[in-house]
Amino acid sequence: MPFGLLKFGLSKGHPVPRALPAASELRDSYDVVIIGGGGHGLATAYYLARDWGITNVAVLEKGYVGGGNTGRNTTIIRSNYLTPEGVKFYDESVTLYKDLANDFDMNIMYSERGHFTLAHTDSAIRTMRWRAEVNKHMGIESELVMRDELQRMVPQLNYSEDVRYPIMGALYHAPGAIARHDAVAWGYGAGAARRGATIHQKTEVTGLEITKANGSPRRVTGVHTNRGTIRAGKVIQCVAGMSGEVARMAGFKLPIKTIPLQACVSQPLKPFLDAIVVSGSLHVYVSQSSRGELVMGGSTDPYGVYMTRSTLDFKEGLMMHMMELLPFIGEVKLLRQWAGMTDMTPDFAPIMGETPVDDYYIDAGWGTWGFKATPVVGKRNAEMLATGKVPDLIKPFALQRFHDFTLLGEKGAASVGH
Amino acid sequence: MKIMTCPLNGPRNISEFAYGGEVKELPAPGCDNETWVDYVYLQENLAGVVKEWWYHTPTAFWFIAERDTRTDTILKTYAASEVFKERVDFAAGDKE
Repeated sequence: MPFGLLKFGLSKGHPVPRALPAASELRDSYDVVIIGGGGHGLATAYYLARDWGITNVAVLEKGYVGGGNTGRNTTIIRSNYLTPEGVKFYDESVTLYKDLANDFDMNIMYSERGHFTLAHTDSAIRTMRWRAEVNKHMGIESELVMRDELQRMVPQLNYSEDVRYPIMGALYHAPGAIARHDAVAWGYGAGAARRGATIHQKTEVTGLEITKANGSPRRVTGVHTNRGTIRAGKVIQCVAGMSGEVARMAGFKLPIKTIPLQACVSQPLKPFLDAIVVSGSLHVYVSQSSRGELVMGGSTDPYGVYMTRSTLDFKEGLMMHMMELLPFIGEVKLLRQWAGMTDMTPDFAPIMGETPVDDYYIDAGWGTWGFKATPVVGKRNAEMLATGKVPDLIKPFALQRFHDFTLLGEKGAASVGH
Repeated sequence: MKIMTCPLNGPRNISEFAYGGEVKELPAPGCDNETWVDYVYLQENLAGVVKEWWYHTPTAFWFIAERDTRTDTILKTYAASEVFKERVDFAAGDKE
Protein backbone atom coordinates (compact mmCIF):
# COMPACT_ATOMS: atom_id res chain seq x y z
CA MET A 1 0.00 0.00 0.00
CA PRO A 2 2.76 2.53 0.80
CA PHE A 3 4.08 1.95 -2.77
CA GLY A 4 0.67 2.72 -4.17
CA LEU A 5 0.60 5.95 -2.24
CA LEU A 6 4.12 6.84 -3.39
CA LYS A 7 3.23 6.07 -6.97
CA PHE A 8 0.14 8.24 -6.66
CA GLY A 9 2.20 11.06 -5.16
CA LEU A 10 4.78 10.99 -7.95
CA SER A 11 2.42 10.57 -10.86
CA LYS A 12 1.65 13.65 -12.94
CA GLY A 13 -1.94 12.76 -13.66
CA HIS A 14 -3.45 13.20 -10.24
CA PRO A 15 -7.08 12.29 -10.65
CA VAL A 16 -8.19 15.23 -8.50
CA PRO A 17 -11.81 15.87 -9.42
CA ARG A 18 -12.52 19.42 -10.47
CA ALA A 19 -15.48 20.76 -8.48
CA LEU A 20 -16.45 23.42 -10.98
CA PRO A 21 -15.93 23.17 -14.74
CA ALA A 22 -13.51 25.59 -16.41
CA ALA A 23 -14.79 29.02 -17.43
CA SER A 24 -16.96 29.02 -20.54
CA GLU A 25 -18.23 31.67 -22.97
CA LEU A 26 -21.50 33.41 -22.14
CA ARG A 27 -24.41 32.18 -24.24
CA ASP A 28 -26.70 34.70 -25.96
CA SER A 29 -29.67 33.77 -23.89
CA TYR A 30 -30.66 31.88 -20.73
CA ASP A 31 -34.02 30.82 -19.32
CA VAL A 32 -32.95 31.94 -15.86
CA VAL A 33 -30.14 34.30 -14.87
CA ILE A 34 -29.12 34.25 -11.22
CA ILE A 35 -27.16 37.30 -10.09
CA GLY A 36 -24.80 36.27 -7.30
CA GLY A 37 -22.76 33.06 -6.97
CA GLY A 38 -22.97 32.68 -3.22
CA GLY A 39 -24.78 29.96 -1.30
CA HIS A 40 -28.26 31.26 -2.12
CA GLY A 41 -27.65 31.74 -5.86
CA LEU A 42 -25.93 28.39 -6.31
CA ALA A 43 -28.56 26.57 -4.25
CA THR A 44 -31.23 28.11 -6.48
CA ALA A 45 -29.41 26.83 -9.59
CA TYR A 46 -28.97 23.41 -7.96
CA TYR A 47 -32.65 22.87 -7.14
CA LEU A 48 -33.75 24.34 -10.50
CA ALA A 49 -31.70 21.62 -12.19
CA ARG A 50 -32.36 18.77 -9.76
CA ASP A 51 -36.05 19.25 -8.98
CA TRP A 52 -37.37 21.04 -12.05
CA GLY A 53 -35.01 20.01 -14.86
CA ILE A 54 -34.30 23.64 -15.77
CA THR A 55 -30.64 23.76 -16.80
CA ASN A 56 -30.37 26.65 -19.26
CA VAL A 57 -29.33 28.71 -16.26
CA ALA A 58 -26.46 31.15 -15.72
CA VAL A 59 -25.12 32.07 -12.31
CA LEU A 60 -23.21 35.38 -12.58
CA GLU A 61 -20.64 36.03 -9.87
CA LYS A 62 -18.49 39.16 -9.87
CA GLY A 63 -15.76 37.55 -7.74
CA TYR A 64 -15.40 33.83 -7.09
CA VAL A 65 -17.86 31.23 -5.90
CA GLY A 66 -18.65 31.58 -2.19
CA GLY A 67 -16.17 34.45 -1.87
CA GLY A 68 -18.72 36.94 -0.55
CA ASN A 69 -20.82 36.73 2.56
CA THR A 70 -21.30 32.96 2.23
CA GLY A 71 -17.70 32.64 3.38
CA ARG A 72 -17.95 35.38 6.01
CA ASN A 73 -20.60 34.16 8.43
CA THR A 74 -20.12 32.21 11.64
CA THR A 75 -21.89 29.10 10.21
CA ILE A 76 -24.58 28.61 12.85
CA ILE A 77 -27.66 26.64 11.78
CA ARG A 78 -30.82 26.65 13.92
CA SER A 79 -34.58 27.10 13.72
CA ASN A 80 -35.62 28.38 17.17
CA TYR A 81 -37.03 31.66 15.91
CA LEU A 82 -39.89 33.64 17.41
CA THR A 83 -42.54 34.15 14.74
CA PRO A 84 -44.41 31.07 13.42
CA GLU A 85 -43.50 32.20 9.86
CA GLY A 86 -39.81 32.23 10.78
CA VAL A 87 -39.87 28.92 12.67
CA LYS A 88 -41.60 27.03 9.83
CA PHE A 89 -39.20 28.43 7.27
CA TYR A 90 -35.95 27.74 9.13
CA ASP A 91 -37.14 24.29 10.21
CA GLU A 92 -37.34 23.23 6.56
CA SER A 93 -33.81 24.55 6.15
CA VAL A 94 -32.45 22.52 9.06
CA THR A 95 -34.16 19.39 7.67
CA LEU A 96 -32.54 19.94 4.26
CA TYR A 97 -29.14 20.66 5.83
CA LYS A 98 -29.13 17.28 7.57
CA ASP A 99 -29.21 15.47 4.21
CA LEU A 100 -26.99 17.84 2.31
CA ALA A 101 -23.72 15.88 2.63
CA ASN A 102 -25.46 12.81 1.13
CA ASP A 103 -27.06 14.94 -1.56
CA PHE A 104 -23.69 16.39 -2.57
CA ASP A 105 -21.61 13.28 -1.88
CA MET A 106 -19.29 15.74 -0.18
CA ASN A 107 -18.56 16.30 3.50
CA ILE A 108 -19.96 19.67 4.59
CA MET A 109 -18.85 18.94 8.18
CA TYR A 110 -22.34 19.35 9.56
CA SER A 111 -22.00 19.05 13.30
CA GLU A 112 -24.93 19.14 15.75
CA ARG A 113 -23.75 20.85 18.90
CA GLY A 114 -26.76 22.13 20.80
CA HIS A 115 -27.44 25.85 20.71
CA PHE A 116 -27.76 27.87 23.93
CA THR A 117 -29.13 31.43 23.90
CA LEU A 118 -28.24 32.86 27.30
CA ALA A 119 -30.65 34.95 29.35
CA HIS A 120 -29.26 37.48 31.82
CA THR A 121 -32.43 39.26 32.90
CA ASP A 122 -35.98 38.37 33.97
CA SER A 123 -37.36 39.85 30.77
CA ALA A 124 -34.96 37.74 28.70
CA ILE A 125 -36.15 34.61 30.56
CA ARG A 126 -39.71 35.59 29.69
CA THR A 127 -38.83 35.98 25.98
CA MET A 128 -36.98 32.63 26.01
CA ARG A 129 -40.05 30.93 27.52
CA TRP A 130 -42.19 32.54 24.81
CA ARG A 131 -39.80 31.38 22.08
CA ALA A 132 -39.64 27.86 23.56
CA GLU A 133 -43.45 27.62 23.56
CA VAL A 134 -43.77 28.91 19.97
CA ASN A 135 -41.05 26.45 18.91
CA LYS A 136 -42.63 23.45 20.67
CA HIS A 137 -46.01 24.32 19.20
CA MET A 138 -44.39 24.18 15.75
CA GLY A 139 -42.70 20.86 16.58
CA ILE A 140 -39.18 22.18 17.13
CA GLU A 141 -36.95 20.82 19.89
CA SER A 142 -36.53 23.86 22.08
CA GLU A 143 -36.76 24.41 25.84
CA LEU A 144 -35.91 26.81 28.60
CA VAL A 145 -33.21 25.58 30.98
CA MET A 146 -32.53 27.41 34.22
CA ARG A 147 -29.13 28.12 35.66
CA ASP A 148 -28.44 24.92 37.63
CA GLU A 149 -29.35 22.65 34.75
CA LEU A 150 -27.48 24.87 32.31
CA GLN A 151 -24.37 24.67 34.47
CA ARG A 152 -24.46 20.87 34.20
CA MET A 153 -24.91 21.04 30.41
CA VAL A 154 -22.34 23.76 29.63
CA PRO A 155 -19.93 23.79 32.59
CA GLN A 156 -17.32 25.84 30.71
CA LEU A 157 -19.08 29.17 31.23
CA ASN A 158 -18.55 31.60 34.05
CA TYR A 159 -21.59 31.33 36.35
CA SER A 160 -20.31 33.88 38.88
CA GLU A 161 -22.77 36.45 40.23
CA ASP A 162 -19.89 38.89 40.33
CA VAL A 163 -20.09 40.01 36.70
CA ARG A 164 -21.94 42.71 34.79
CA TYR A 165 -24.56 40.25 33.41
CA PRO A 166 -24.83 37.05 35.49
CA ILE A 167 -26.25 34.05 33.60
CA MET A 168 -29.81 33.18 34.69
CA GLY A 169 -30.76 30.52 32.17
CA ALA A 170 -30.86 29.75 28.48
CA LEU A 171 -33.03 28.71 25.58
CA TYR A 172 -31.71 25.27 24.63
CA HIS A 173 -32.11 24.14 21.02
CA ALA A 174 -30.63 20.63 20.64
CA PRO A 175 -30.52 20.55 16.78
CA GLY A 176 -28.40 23.75 16.68
CA ALA A 177 -25.43 22.98 14.41
CA ILE A 178 -22.43 24.35 12.55
CA ALA A 179 -21.20 23.41 9.09
CA ARG A 180 -18.39 24.33 6.74
CA HIS A 181 -19.75 27.28 4.76
CA ASP A 182 -17.34 26.99 1.79
CA ALA A 183 -18.31 23.36 1.33
CA VAL A 184 -21.98 24.33 1.17
CA ALA A 185 -21.27 26.78 -1.66
CA TRP A 186 -18.98 24.33 -3.48
CA GLY A 187 -21.41 21.45 -3.06
CA TYR A 188 -24.29 23.44 -4.52
CA GLY A 189 -22.09 24.87 -7.28
CA ALA A 190 -20.64 21.50 -8.28
CA GLY A 191 -24.07 19.85 -8.13
CA ALA A 192 -25.63 22.56 -10.29
CA ALA A 193 -22.77 22.46 -12.83
CA ARG A 194 -22.88 18.66 -13.03
CA ARG A 195 -26.57 18.88 -13.96
CA GLY A 196 -25.98 21.45 -16.70
CA ALA A 197 -26.19 24.93 -15.14
CA THR A 198 -23.32 27.28 -16.02
CA ILE A 199 -21.46 29.26 -13.40
CA HIS A 200 -19.66 32.37 -14.62
CA GLN A 201 -17.13 33.72 -12.16
CA LYS A 202 -15.50 37.15 -12.55
CA THR A 203 -18.66 38.24 -14.35
CA GLU A 204 -20.09 41.43 -12.92
CA VAL A 205 -23.58 42.67 -13.69
CA THR A 206 -23.39 46.30 -14.79
CA GLY A 207 -27.00 46.96 -15.72
CA LEU A 208 -30.37 45.45 -16.55
CA GLU A 209 -32.46 45.68 -19.70
CA ILE A 210 -36.01 46.52 -18.76
CA THR A 211 -38.84 47.24 -21.20
CA LYS A 212 -40.73 50.31 -20.17
CA ALA A 213 -44.46 50.89 -20.27
CA ASN A 214 -45.89 54.33 -19.51
CA GLY A 215 -42.56 55.42 -18.12
CA SER A 216 -42.56 52.90 -15.25
CA PRO A 217 -40.33 49.80 -15.22
CA ARG A 218 -42.17 46.71 -16.43
CA ARG A 219 -40.37 43.57 -17.54
CA VAL A 220 -36.77 42.46 -17.43
CA THR A 221 -35.45 41.11 -20.74
CA GLY A 222 -31.69 41.08 -20.41
CA VAL A 223 -28.63 41.55 -18.27
CA HIS A 224 -25.56 43.66 -19.09
CA THR A 225 -22.28 42.31 -17.76
CA ASN A 226 -18.63 43.20 -18.08
CA ARG A 227 -18.42 40.27 -20.55
CA GLY A 228 -21.32 41.35 -22.74
CA THR A 229 -25.09 41.39 -22.76
CA ILE A 230 -27.27 38.31 -22.39
CA ARG A 231 -31.01 37.86 -22.87
CA ALA A 232 -32.87 36.38 -19.94
CA GLY A 233 -36.27 34.83 -19.39
CA LYS A 234 -36.29 35.34 -15.67
CA VAL A 235 -33.78 37.05 -13.40
CA ILE A 236 -33.26 36.73 -9.66
CA GLN A 237 -30.86 38.74 -7.54
CA CYS A 238 -29.15 36.92 -4.66
CA VAL A 239 -26.51 39.48 -3.71
CA ALA A 240 -26.33 39.97 0.05
CA GLY A 241 -24.65 43.26 0.88
CA MET A 242 -25.08 44.76 -2.59
CA SER A 243 -28.87 44.23 -2.75
CA GLY A 244 -29.66 47.95 -2.74
CA GLU A 245 -27.20 48.68 -5.55
CA VAL A 246 -28.49 45.87 -7.78
CA ALA A 247 -32.14 46.77 -7.08
CA ARG A 248 -31.28 50.33 -8.13
CA MET A 249 -30.30 48.94 -11.57
CA ALA A 250 -33.79 47.41 -11.72
CA GLY A 251 -35.28 50.77 -10.79
CA PHE A 252 -36.69 50.29 -7.30
CA LYS A 253 -35.64 51.00 -3.73
CA LEU A 254 -35.43 48.51 -0.86
CA PRO A 255 -36.00 48.87 2.88
CA ILE A 256 -32.44 47.70 3.44
CA LYS A 257 -29.42 49.26 5.09
CA THR A 258 -26.04 47.66 4.37
CA ILE A 259 -24.14 47.31 7.64
CA PRO A 260 -20.94 45.31 8.28
CA LEU A 261 -20.98 42.44 10.76
CA GLN A 262 -17.55 41.61 12.11
CA ALA A 263 -16.23 38.29 13.32
CA CYS A 264 -12.92 36.66 14.25
CA VAL A 265 -11.35 33.33 15.13
CA SER A 266 -8.80 32.45 17.78
CA GLN A 267 -5.78 30.23 17.40
CA PRO A 268 -6.69 26.51 17.48
CA LEU A 269 -7.23 25.07 20.96
CA LYS A 270 -7.90 21.56 22.24
CA PRO A 271 -11.60 20.76 22.00
CA PHE A 272 -13.27 22.10 25.13
CA LEU A 273 -16.50 23.75 24.01
CA ASP A 274 -19.09 21.48 22.43
CA ALA A 275 -22.03 23.87 22.63
CA ILE A 276 -22.81 26.93 20.54
CA VAL A 277 -23.24 29.77 23.02
CA VAL A 278 -25.07 32.98 22.16
CA SER A 279 -25.98 35.96 24.27
CA GLY A 280 -28.18 38.78 23.05
CA SER A 281 -27.45 40.99 26.07
CA LEU A 282 -23.68 40.55 25.68
CA HIS A 283 -23.84 40.69 21.86
CA VAL A 284 -21.67 37.59 21.61
CA TYR A 285 -21.82 34.26 19.89
CA VAL A 286 -19.13 31.65 20.11
CA SER A 287 -18.56 28.08 18.99
CA GLN A 288 -15.48 25.92 18.58
CA SER A 289 -14.86 24.75 15.03
CA SER A 290 -13.72 21.23 14.22
CA ARG A 291 -10.23 22.73 13.75
CA GLY A 292 -10.33 23.92 17.36
CA GLU A 293 -10.61 27.62 16.60
CA LEU A 294 -13.06 29.67 18.61
CA VAL A 295 -15.35 31.33 16.10
CA MET A 296 -16.61 34.56 17.61
CA GLY A 297 -18.97 37.23 16.42
CA GLY A 298 -20.76 40.20 17.86
CA SER A 299 -23.37 42.77 16.94
CA THR A 300 -23.51 44.66 13.67
CA ASP A 301 -21.47 47.85 13.32
CA PRO A 302 -23.02 51.08 14.62
CA TYR A 303 -23.26 52.56 11.11
CA GLY A 304 -23.32 51.37 7.50
CA VAL A 305 -20.38 51.13 5.10
CA TYR A 306 -19.73 49.09 1.96
CA MET A 307 -16.52 47.64 3.34
CA THR A 308 -15.28 44.48 4.98
CA ARG A 309 -12.73 46.14 7.24
CA SER A 310 -12.29 45.15 10.88
CA THR A 311 -12.17 47.70 13.70
CA LEU A 312 -10.51 47.89 17.11
CA ASP A 313 -13.77 49.17 18.66
CA PHE A 314 -15.49 45.95 17.67
CA LYS A 315 -12.82 43.68 19.12
CA GLU A 316 -12.61 45.65 22.38
CA GLY A 317 -16.36 45.40 22.83
CA LEU A 318 -16.52 41.71 21.91
CA MET A 319 -13.55 40.64 24.03
CA MET A 320 -14.83 42.50 27.08
CA HIS A 321 -17.90 40.26 26.99
CA MET A 322 -15.99 37.13 25.97
CA MET A 323 -13.75 37.55 29.01
CA GLU A 324 -16.82 37.71 31.21
CA LEU A 325 -18.22 34.52 29.67
CA LEU A 326 -14.97 32.50 29.34
CA PRO A 327 -12.37 34.20 31.59
CA PHE A 328 -9.67 31.58 30.89
CA ILE A 329 -9.28 32.59 27.23
CA GLY A 330 -7.48 35.80 28.23
CA GLU A 331 -4.12 34.55 26.91
CA VAL A 332 -5.50 33.16 23.67
CA LYS A 333 -4.43 34.94 20.50
CA LEU A 334 -6.63 35.98 17.61
CA LEU A 335 -5.80 34.35 14.31
CA ARG A 336 -8.06 36.01 11.74
CA GLN A 337 -10.53 38.87 11.64
CA TRP A 338 -12.98 39.92 8.96
CA ALA A 339 -16.37 41.43 8.27
CA GLY A 340 -19.32 40.56 6.09
CA MET A 341 -21.82 43.02 4.65
CA THR A 342 -25.32 42.39 5.92
CA ASP A 343 -28.64 43.53 4.47
CA MET A 344 -30.49 44.79 7.53
CA THR A 345 -34.28 45.11 7.19
CA PRO A 346 -36.46 47.04 9.67
CA ASP A 347 -38.18 43.84 10.90
CA PHE A 348 -35.20 41.44 10.90
CA ALA A 349 -36.89 39.21 8.31
CA PRO A 350 -35.76 38.57 4.72
CA ILE A 351 -37.25 39.90 1.48
CA MET A 352 -38.16 37.19 -1.03
CA GLY A 353 -40.37 36.87 -4.06
CA GLU A 354 -41.77 39.25 -6.65
CA THR A 355 -40.68 42.82 -7.31
CA PRO A 356 -42.25 45.79 -9.11
CA VAL A 357 -40.49 44.51 -12.28
CA ASP A 358 -42.06 41.49 -14.01
CA ASP A 359 -39.92 38.35 -14.27
CA TYR A 360 -37.46 39.95 -11.87
CA TYR A 361 -37.32 38.25 -8.48
CA ILE A 362 -35.50 39.12 -5.31
CA ASP A 363 -33.76 37.20 -2.54
CA ALA A 364 -32.38 39.81 -0.14
CA GLY A 365 -32.56 41.23 3.36
CA TRP A 366 -30.65 38.29 4.79
CA GLY A 367 -29.03 40.38 7.51
CA THR A 368 -27.32 38.04 9.93
CA TRP A 369 -29.48 34.98 9.21
CA GLY A 370 -28.69 34.05 5.60
CA PHE A 371 -26.35 31.07 5.88
CA LYS A 372 -28.73 28.92 7.89
CA ALA A 373 -31.45 29.55 5.30
CA THR A 374 -29.37 28.56 2.25
CA PRO A 375 -31.05 25.21 1.40
CA VAL A 376 -34.65 26.31 1.91
CA VAL A 377 -34.03 29.55 0.01
CA GLY A 378 -32.59 27.64 -2.94
CA LYS A 379 -35.40 25.10 -2.94
CA ARG A 380 -38.20 27.67 -2.73
CA ASN A 381 -36.58 30.13 -5.15
CA ALA A 382 -36.32 27.28 -7.65
CA GLU A 383 -39.98 26.40 -7.14
CA MET A 384 -40.92 30.07 -7.63
CA LEU A 385 -38.84 30.45 -10.81
CA ALA A 386 -40.08 27.17 -12.26
CA THR A 387 -43.79 27.59 -11.54
CA GLY A 388 -44.03 31.39 -11.65
CA LYS A 389 -45.94 31.25 -8.34
CA VAL A 390 -44.61 32.34 -4.96
CA PRO A 391 -44.61 29.32 -2.57
CA ASP A 392 -46.76 29.75 0.58
CA LEU A 393 -43.74 29.26 2.83
CA ILE A 394 -42.05 32.45 1.59
CA LYS A 395 -45.18 34.57 0.96
CA PRO A 396 -44.87 36.36 4.32
CA PHE A 397 -41.44 37.67 3.25
CA ALA A 398 -42.71 39.62 0.21
CA LEU A 399 -41.33 43.08 -0.49
CA GLN A 400 -44.96 44.20 -0.65
CA ARG A 401 -45.26 43.83 3.16
CA PHE A 402 -43.58 47.21 3.62
CA HIS A 403 -46.18 48.82 1.36
CA ASP A 404 -49.05 47.10 3.19
CA PHE A 405 -47.62 47.79 6.67
CA THR A 406 -47.55 44.07 7.55
CA LEU A 407 -44.02 43.76 8.95
CA LEU A 408 -42.95 40.55 10.67
CA GLY A 409 -40.96 41.54 13.76
CA GLU A 410 -38.56 38.58 13.87
CA LYS A 411 -36.88 39.18 17.22
CA GLY A 412 -35.32 35.71 17.22
CA ALA A 413 -32.63 36.97 14.84
CA ALA A 414 -29.05 36.46 16.06
CA SER A 415 -27.43 38.54 18.78
CA VAL A 416 -27.61 41.73 16.78
CA GLY A 417 -28.69 44.91 18.44
CA HIS A 418 -32.47 45.38 18.44
CA MET B 1 -9.97 55.05 16.94
CA LYS B 2 -12.01 56.80 14.30
CA ILE B 3 -12.52 60.52 14.83
CA MET B 4 -15.58 62.51 13.79
CA THR B 5 -15.72 66.30 13.98
CA CYS B 6 -18.83 67.50 15.75
CA PRO B 7 -19.87 71.00 14.61
CA LEU B 8 -20.53 71.86 18.27
CA ASN B 9 -17.81 69.95 20.16
CA GLY B 10 -14.96 69.54 17.70
CA PRO B 11 -13.14 66.25 16.97
CA ARG B 12 -14.37 63.37 19.14
CA ASN B 13 -14.14 59.56 19.13
CA ILE B 14 -16.81 58.08 16.84
CA SER B 15 -18.10 55.93 19.70
CA GLU B 16 -19.59 59.15 21.17
CA PHE B 17 -21.89 59.49 18.16
CA ALA B 18 -25.01 57.71 17.02
CA TYR B 19 -26.07 57.30 13.40
CA GLY B 20 -29.51 58.75 12.73
CA GLY B 21 -30.47 57.82 9.16
CA GLU B 22 -30.42 59.40 5.71
CA VAL B 23 -31.36 63.04 5.29
CA LYS B 24 -34.74 62.92 3.54
CA GLU B 25 -37.38 65.47 2.78
CA LEU B 26 -40.22 65.34 5.31
CA PRO B 27 -43.48 64.42 3.53
CA ALA B 28 -46.20 67.04 3.57
CA PRO B 29 -48.86 66.42 6.23
CA GLY B 30 -51.75 64.40 4.82
CA CYS B 31 -49.71 62.78 2.02
CA ASP B 32 -50.58 59.28 0.75
CA ASN B 33 -49.34 55.98 2.20
CA GLU B 34 -46.75 55.34 -0.50
CA THR B 35 -45.00 58.61 0.36
CA TRP B 36 -44.84 57.50 4.00
CA VAL B 37 -43.55 54.04 3.02
CA ASP B 38 -40.80 55.75 1.07
CA TYR B 39 -39.99 58.06 3.97
CA VAL B 40 -40.17 55.50 6.78
CA TYR B 41 -38.83 52.27 5.25
CA LEU B 42 -37.14 52.66 1.89
CA GLN B 43 -33.45 53.49 1.80
CA GLU B 44 -31.17 54.96 -0.83
CA ASN B 45 -28.42 52.86 0.85
CA LEU B 46 -25.90 54.24 -1.61
CA ALA B 47 -22.38 52.90 -2.07
CA GLY B 48 -20.82 56.35 -2.41
CA VAL B 49 -21.12 59.78 -0.84
CA VAL B 50 -24.14 59.98 1.47
CA LYS B 51 -25.73 62.73 3.57
CA GLU B 52 -26.89 61.56 6.98
CA TRP B 53 -28.14 62.64 10.38
CA TRP B 54 -25.71 62.07 13.24
CA TYR B 55 -26.10 62.67 16.96
CA HIS B 56 -23.49 63.54 19.57
CA THR B 57 -24.84 61.54 22.51
CA PRO B 58 -23.24 63.29 25.52
CA THR B 59 -24.40 66.75 24.42
CA ALA B 60 -27.64 65.70 22.69
CA PHE B 61 -26.69 67.54 19.50
CA TRP B 62 -28.06 66.58 16.07
CA PHE B 63 -26.10 67.52 12.95
CA ILE B 64 -25.50 66.44 9.35
CA ALA B 65 -22.47 64.49 8.10
CA GLU B 66 -21.38 63.69 4.56
CA ARG B 67 -19.31 60.55 4.22
CA ASP B 68 -18.18 58.01 1.65
CA THR B 69 -19.57 54.55 2.43
CA ARG B 70 -17.07 52.85 0.10
CA THR B 71 -14.03 54.06 2.03
CA ASP B 72 -15.47 54.78 5.52
CA THR B 73 -14.23 58.39 5.39
CA ILE B 74 -16.05 61.40 6.81
CA LEU B 75 -15.97 64.25 4.28
CA LYS B 76 -17.66 67.04 6.21
CA THR B 77 -19.98 67.76 9.09
CA TYR B 78 -22.16 70.79 9.67
CA ALA B 79 -25.05 71.99 11.81
CA ALA B 80 -28.55 71.10 10.59
CA SER B 81 -29.41 74.80 10.64
CA GLU B 82 -27.29 75.25 7.50
CA VAL B 83 -29.83 73.15 5.56
CA PHE B 84 -33.05 73.53 7.49
CA LYS B 85 -33.56 77.25 7.85
CA GLU B 86 -37.32 77.30 8.46
CA ARG B 87 -39.16 75.72 11.36
CA VAL B 88 -41.67 73.01 10.35
CA ASP B 89 -45.19 73.94 11.42
CA PHE B 90 -46.58 70.52 12.40
CA ALA B 91 -49.77 72.03 13.78
CA ALA B 92 -50.71 73.27 10.29
CA GLY B 93 -51.21 69.66 9.12
CA ASP B 94 -53.50 68.77 12.00
CA LYS B 95 -55.94 71.53 11.16
CA GLU B 96 -56.48 70.30 7.60
